[in-house]
Amino acid sequence: MTDLTRLTLTEARKALDKKDFSAVDLTNAFLKRMEDKRDLNVYITETPEQALQQAKLSDQRLSKGQGGLLEGLPLGIKDLFCTKGIRTTSGSKMLENFVPPYESTVSANLLNAGGVFLGKTNMDEFAMGSANITSFFGPSISPWKSKKDPQKKLVPGGSSGGSAAAVSARLAMAATASDTGGSIRQPAAFCGLVGIKPTYGLCSRWGMVAFASSLDQAGPLTHTVADAALMLQVMAGYDEKDATCLSGEVPAYFDKLNANVKGLKVGIAQEYIENLNEEGQALLQKGIDWLTQAGAVMCDISLKTTPYALPTYYVLAPAEASSNLARFDGVRYSSRVDGKTLDDLYEKTRRTCFGEEVRRRILMGTYVLSAGYYDAYYLKAQKVRQLIAADFDQAFQKVDVLLTPTTPGAAFGVDERPSDPITMYLNDIYTVPVNMAGLPAISVPAGVNDEGLPLGLQLIGPALSEQLLLNAATVIEQAANFRQYRQL
Amino acid sequence: MLENENLVQGRTGKWEVVIGLEVHAQVNSKAKLFSGSSTDFGSDPNTQVSFLDAGMPGMLPVINKVCVDQAIKTGLGFHGHINEISIFDRKNYFYADLPAGYQISQFHYPIVTGGYIDIEVDGKPTKRIAITRLHIEQDAGKSIHDLHPEFSYIDLNRAGMALMEIVSEPEMRSPAEATAYVKKLRSLLRYLGTCDGNMEQGSLRVDANISLRRLGEPLGTRAEIKNVNSIRFLGQALDYEIYRQLEILEDGGAVIQETRLFDPVKGETRSMRGKENAHDYRYFPDPDLKPLVVTQERIEAIRTTMTELPDAKRNRFQVDYGLSDYDATVLVAEKEIADYYETVIKAAKSQDVKQAAKLCANWLISEVFAAMNRESLLIHQLPFQAHHLAELIDLIIDGTISGKIAKDVFAKMWTTAKSPTELVADLGLQQISDTSVIEAVIDQVLAENPDKVTDYKAGKVQLFGFFVGLVMKVMKGKANPGLVNDILKNKL
Repeated sequence: MTDLTRLTLTEARKALDKKDFSAVDLTNAFLKRMEDKRDLNVYITETPEQALQQAKLSDQRLSKGQGGLLEGLPLGIKDLFCTKGIRTTSGSKMLENFVPPYESTVSANLLNAGGVFLGKTNMDEFAMGSANITSFFGPSISPWKSKKDPQKKLVPGGSSGGSAAAVSARLAMAATASDTGGSIRQPAAFCGLVGIKPTYGLCSRWGMVAFASSLDQAGPLTHTVADAALMLQVMAGYDEKDATCLSGEVPAYFDKLNANVKGLKVGIAQEYIENLNEEGQALLQKGIDWLTQAGAVMCDISLKTTPYALPTYYVLAPAEASSNLARFDGVRYSSRVDGKTLDDLYEKTRRTCFGEEVRRRILMGTYVLSAGYYDAYYLKAQKVRQLIAADFDQAFQKVDVLLTPTTPGAAFGVDERPSDPITMYLNDIYTVPVNMAGLPAISVPAGVNDEGLPLGLQLIGPALSEQLLLNAATVIEQAANFRQYRQL
Repeated sequence: MLENENLVQGRTGKWEVVIGLEVHAQVNSKAKLFSGSSTDFGSDPNTQVSFLDAGMPGMLPVINKVCVDQAIKTGLGFHGHINEISIFDRKNYFYADLPAGYQISQFHYPIVTGGYIDIEVDGKPTKRIAITRLHIEQDAGKSIHDLHPEFSYIDLNRAGMALMEIVSEPEMRSPAEATAYVKKLRSLLRYLGTCDGNMEQGSLRVDANISLRRLGEPLGTRAEIKNVNSIRFLGQALDYEIYRQLEILEDGGAVIQETRLFDPVKGETRSMRGKENAHDYRYFPDPDLKPLVVTQERIEAIRTTMTELPDAKRNRFQVDYGLSDYDATVLVAEKEIADYYETVIKAAKSQDVKQAAKLCANWLISEVFAAMNRESLLIHQLPFQAHHLAELIDLIIDGTISGKIAKDVFAKMWTTAKSPTELVADLGLQQISDTSVIEAVIDQVLAENPDKVTDYKAGKVQLFGFFVGLVMKVMKGKANPGLVNDILKNKL
């Protein structure tokens, strides 16, 4: 039998229907590999018993011809989606022992479609990070190796680093992720995966541990564009429990997927190219060539607010986070360090159970919301955010989609982490503007650098243009033939 | 000139009292503001708590439309402007009974702006108090510190309940005006059915801002008295605070801007926290909630559900029933009483509506209210039926019984279920209006007291009452008092 962990979701789903193997076989293959690859530290909590139980039920449904879209397919779930009866930590000591009594809407949608949960994947603490090195449970390691320095442990990106490393290392067939400033797309680019951040409100946030509520969006990490379409179709959908969720039917992205981009107007924004290094420029040129050959039309455009997106993000996201994380106070369900007084308990609990990066962002957020600073920081940032959104609106009057690199470069070593936070934050420079405007964007693996490490291209579209993005990404996927670069 | 009546006299001169009130009114609604949890009062601790109310990770608020409708109705009730767009903000602070670490409120853009309430104090002309705003917010849970020497207990049943915070302009000039304002607002809320106004249960709580100044000068530094839960305590707290601030200012000192608590046992206010410890609430728009949009159609639909409000009802009572301003004001203060009053009038058979209405008002305000107070009963708990009270009034008007006998019948109505007509018949209390019977008794009384008759005729006219008393005594109080007076006058 071929190695079942090499299959894509769509391949495996067809094979299950044909009874080439059972859902239990498939789950066992992944569980075995998870045992072998624990050094990558991609799972915070493995759930083999539940996975096998679910796989058995999947086999029963498959035998009756009642299989769902994801029936029997083994998935990793980012550890900020609350899973009923399964520990959910959000990568923090604060929730080290938190077992939610409820299931997030997104993970419930996956379960209803027959998905099998292998476990909860590692992540930057409360999704704050770009390298999965802020996790209380230790860094996740990318399965990719630099040709120049094969001993070097590489970061999988973040904050959905565990999910990306898991899919990339074939420890899950696909995984859920979340994107506040690039946390789906940047790890996708670092690990040679497809990652789509949908339009804000397409997926319900109910049951997701919040980082920055006005920016957080769930999305999938997959090997292929088709898999991304399938996952997104299941994850998305109106939820009356989330007041910011979009109403309307979710399109059948997977069924409608095609590689027709004839006449598609693709914008190349000069602000995204200016500081690009040579390998980045070469990659973008390849993207331009592939899309042009497929019949798309390139247009040079300008998004003048681009340089302001990152500083604006680092005002607004911490502001919301400082408030969202106030509930972790040691009083009810979170970890607690006792104190002599209530204030003492708060201070000890929060100093001990939040990591450095989380504390830094809570402090920043508290500062920008404080009396006397609110107008200069928070209010101004809100105004800039509107300008960024208007800038994209204006661009989409002229073009259908934008093509940009996903990240400034490829993955770096776990030990090469930048010493100052700002340099780390720059990882998100191409991804953050999209969140500010609530737009959908997809990262698709397009090639490798001179070390053989993956690089991704990003397509950005107007609100609810997911189908268009998936179709255009298919063109790049086919032209790039990224499978040729796989190391595992 | 009017305002000068309220000035406070100090050693160094007169001071003007300036009071503004923030009233927190719990919205009448079966479910909380953002969760489906029940709002029943008196349930076991922590039994009405959803995952949202407990601040669990990933839980999101969804607005309860009923609470919004109630806020709109309240705003319409005090002639406020309903804003088509309002915004929910987070008010951030840490406390053990605030599970999320923030309270969802409305800061910059409340749902209602402007409006007013007319108040009356001691028969003085109506004074109009402007309302700044009404906003919707969540209540916090309850901390209980006195159950255990070392531990505090938290009850989250109240956490997340909907409150309307109604903020007045600083336009009240005396504790009497402040208490009149709260009474009037409470009456309005109860008429509207948007808050039960139950202050003992905490459904209505008042924060009072108070300062003193020399007439014509800018506002002085204010103190805020938090969480006053009775109208009587509000008056006492303000009285104390005026005295306290007056002492400071007269001595040339400065009032500190601070939050104070009223201690009803000692009858004084105490500093809770000063400005230096004031919270920085870091308000910002709640990203979990979209701006609250209410359409004109929705506002108009709510307007059509509004019942007659106290001011309109009082005017109607004066015009239709010829009631005095005082009687009308007393009867409309509680909707249940006003409704009861009209039920009785409608059941009365007397042709002269105004006579019946006036008599009924007197009876309610004096006899019925006194009995209710004595027995600690509410109007809907009276032991007799409303139409029996109407019958009693009819019996007085048609001369069957006197007002004095009616009081005896009324007393019997509390203990038996019989109608006044039955009681009068059973007890033989019919008024005697037969002039020949009355004349005979008068003749007998005059014959038995010849010396007093002589005195009376000599000018001792106050003896008239003495003769009436004797006649009534002989006739066991059943004589028609008008006839007794007339006949006695003639005979003497």
